[in-house]
Amino acid sequence: MSFDERGGAPVRRPSTEGRRSASLFQFVSGYGYSAAGRDLPEVSRGRTTVTTILLGLVLPVLILAVWWVAAESGAIPDYLLPSPPQVVAAGVELAQAGLLATYILISVQRVLLGFAIGAAIGLVLGALVGLSPLASKLLAPLLGAIRAVPSLAWVPLLTIYLGIYEEPKITLIAIGAAFPVFTTVAGALRHVDPHLVEAGQAFGLGRLALLSTVQLPAVVPSIVSGLRLALAQAWLFLVAAELIASSMGLGFLLIDSQNNGRIDRLFLAIILLGVLGKTTDALVGLGERALLQRWG
Amino acid sequence: MSSSSSSVTVATPALPVSLRGVGRTFPAVRGGEERIVLRDIQLEIAPGEIVALLGPSGCGKSTLLRQISGLDRPTAGTLTIDRTAVAPADQRSAVAFQEPRLLPWRTVARNVELGLPRGLDRRQGAERVAELLELVQLSHAAGLKPREISGGMAQRVSLARALARGPGVLLLDEPFGALDALTRLTMQDLLVDIHRAEPATIVLVTHDVDEALALADRIVLLGTRHDRPGATISMILDVPGARPRDRASVVLTRLRAKLLDALGVPSHHGA
Ligand SMILES: Nc1ncnc2c1ncn2[C@@H]1O[C@H](COP(=O)(O)OP(=O)(O)OP(=O)(O)O)[C@@H](O)[C@H]1O
Ligand SMILES: [Mg+2]
Repeated sequence: MSFDERGGAPVRRPSTEGRRSASLFQFVSGYGYSAAGRDLPEVSRGRTTVTTILLGLVLPVLILAVWWVAAESGAIPDYLLPSPPQVVAAGVELAQAGLLATYILISVQRVLLGFAIGAAIGLVLGALVGLSPLASKLLAPLLGAIRAVPSLAWVPLLTIYLGIYEEPKITLIAIGAAFPVFTTVAGALRHVDPHLVEAGQAFGLGRLALLSTVQLPAVVPSIVSGLRLALAQAWLFLVAAELIASSMGLGFLLIDSQNNGRIDRLFLAIILLGVLGKTTDALVGLGERALLQRWG
Repeated sequence: MSSSSSSVTVATPALPVSLRGVGRTFPAVRGGEERIVLRDIQLEIAPGEIVALLGPSGCGKSTLLRQISGLDRPTAGTLTIDRTAVAPADQRSAVAFQEPRLLPWRTVARNVELGLPRGLDRRQGAERVAELLELVQLSHAAGLKPREISGGMAQRVSLARALARGPGVLLLDEPFGALDALTRLTMQDLLVDIHRAEPATIVLVTHDVDEALALADRIVLLGTRHDRPGATISMILDVPGARPRDRASVVLTRLRAKLLDALGVPSHHGA
């Protein structure tokens, strides 16, 4: 039952091969990736975590010391550089007036609300653009243009449309938070390993099942890093948002202190923004690690 | 290896496969030329038959398998399973790809689960998965993630996943390629056992002439003639003898020499 017997393409093998093995092409063919050899994410042990934290504190402490010395020595007048105790005193003063907690809470609330709304919108748009070439062609240019608008440029418009209370502020923060999620999710979905998608199809997964079984889990790490970026962005947009006729919040504290020449409060506001932003980021980072253990 | 008679029966009967004048040409991309990979493939596979596809690297073995699985469509000819046309991602067949293609975030057991037929209840599904893992000797690895297992283990998971639904047509693309020699022999015996317990029509791509001789009813050689682009069937060999076969038998030795010769490799056999 043989057809053209001479059809086999000539294949050379190393001349040392005896007839012992008839495995001809083993050395030619790539057997795909095995998962072996990819490192497990490093599980941080107690000691390394402590060392990392201590190392991270070195520069802040150093800067604090230099600042302190510079301010106390009188080399720089305190209307330009308040000393650390003066900043602390400003904080205590605000706290006693019942304002500090209010400012912090209202700002945190705005950031979290805007972040949640923006992230949800970013997720939906990202999924659309990442999965559907048509949606991508329709939406991507528009979204790219909207994204290019600087945050402050929205302020006047939002004030006219949405008034001066919480709505415009939260909207602005949501705009800021949506884009990192949108970009990372859309990009990641577009680049899900086509081999895995095909394997899913081969085993009978329909569009939706494919999405929930293969595509979404594959982009969990990207979603998480998108969320992290979005949260950082939400803090960035907070200050712009609180330029909108606010009477509370850390952004308001900045403007108000500038108007009143309270440089100690300016310092306080900046330090609080930095510390709060870093803290929320660290919390998300913890969640991220847990998620990556499961999905990574 | 003990017999693999299963307690959860999901197997569908083996189905015939027919390829008539199948060809696959990839269209030109940006100024390049179109690529004629396969042409004029004519093959009738009987239900329950094991066919080994042999041929040099890059000749189109995986491409041919993709045509049968319905993951790709031929540009010429027709393909049928059980006398009806192959559908896109046809569910009557199951594939073990050349690369394991496991979902990295799922455990080994959950990866095998992906291959189960729809409509199996939870308990039956779990039982079937446990059984399959036992079969490919991976019970101990059920809870591990793909990144925690070796390449050979991943291939066995992929094999178990393909077996999970007891498909009518089983398409195996170098399923034992990444296994060490010993495990490979064990797995080959295992496949013989599985085939006896749940007869499926099997198309097996392999580089290994001995593997083809041990497992196949027929060996199909793909090759390209120097004067024409596109690989087609250059030889079909019937392999006699019931499985498991004596790998050292005279008949097989003669067939091996013939195959190696056809593949362009001197066999150094008895001259
Ligand atoms: N999507 C594609 N587009 C263009 N060319 C392709 C495509 N898929 C495969 N080919 C070409 O088809 C040929 C056969 O590929 P295939 O993967 O089927 O080879 P193979 O016989 O399985 O090789 P190996 O033994 O190394 O796995 C190759 O030359 C490859 O470049
Ligand atoms: Mg191949």
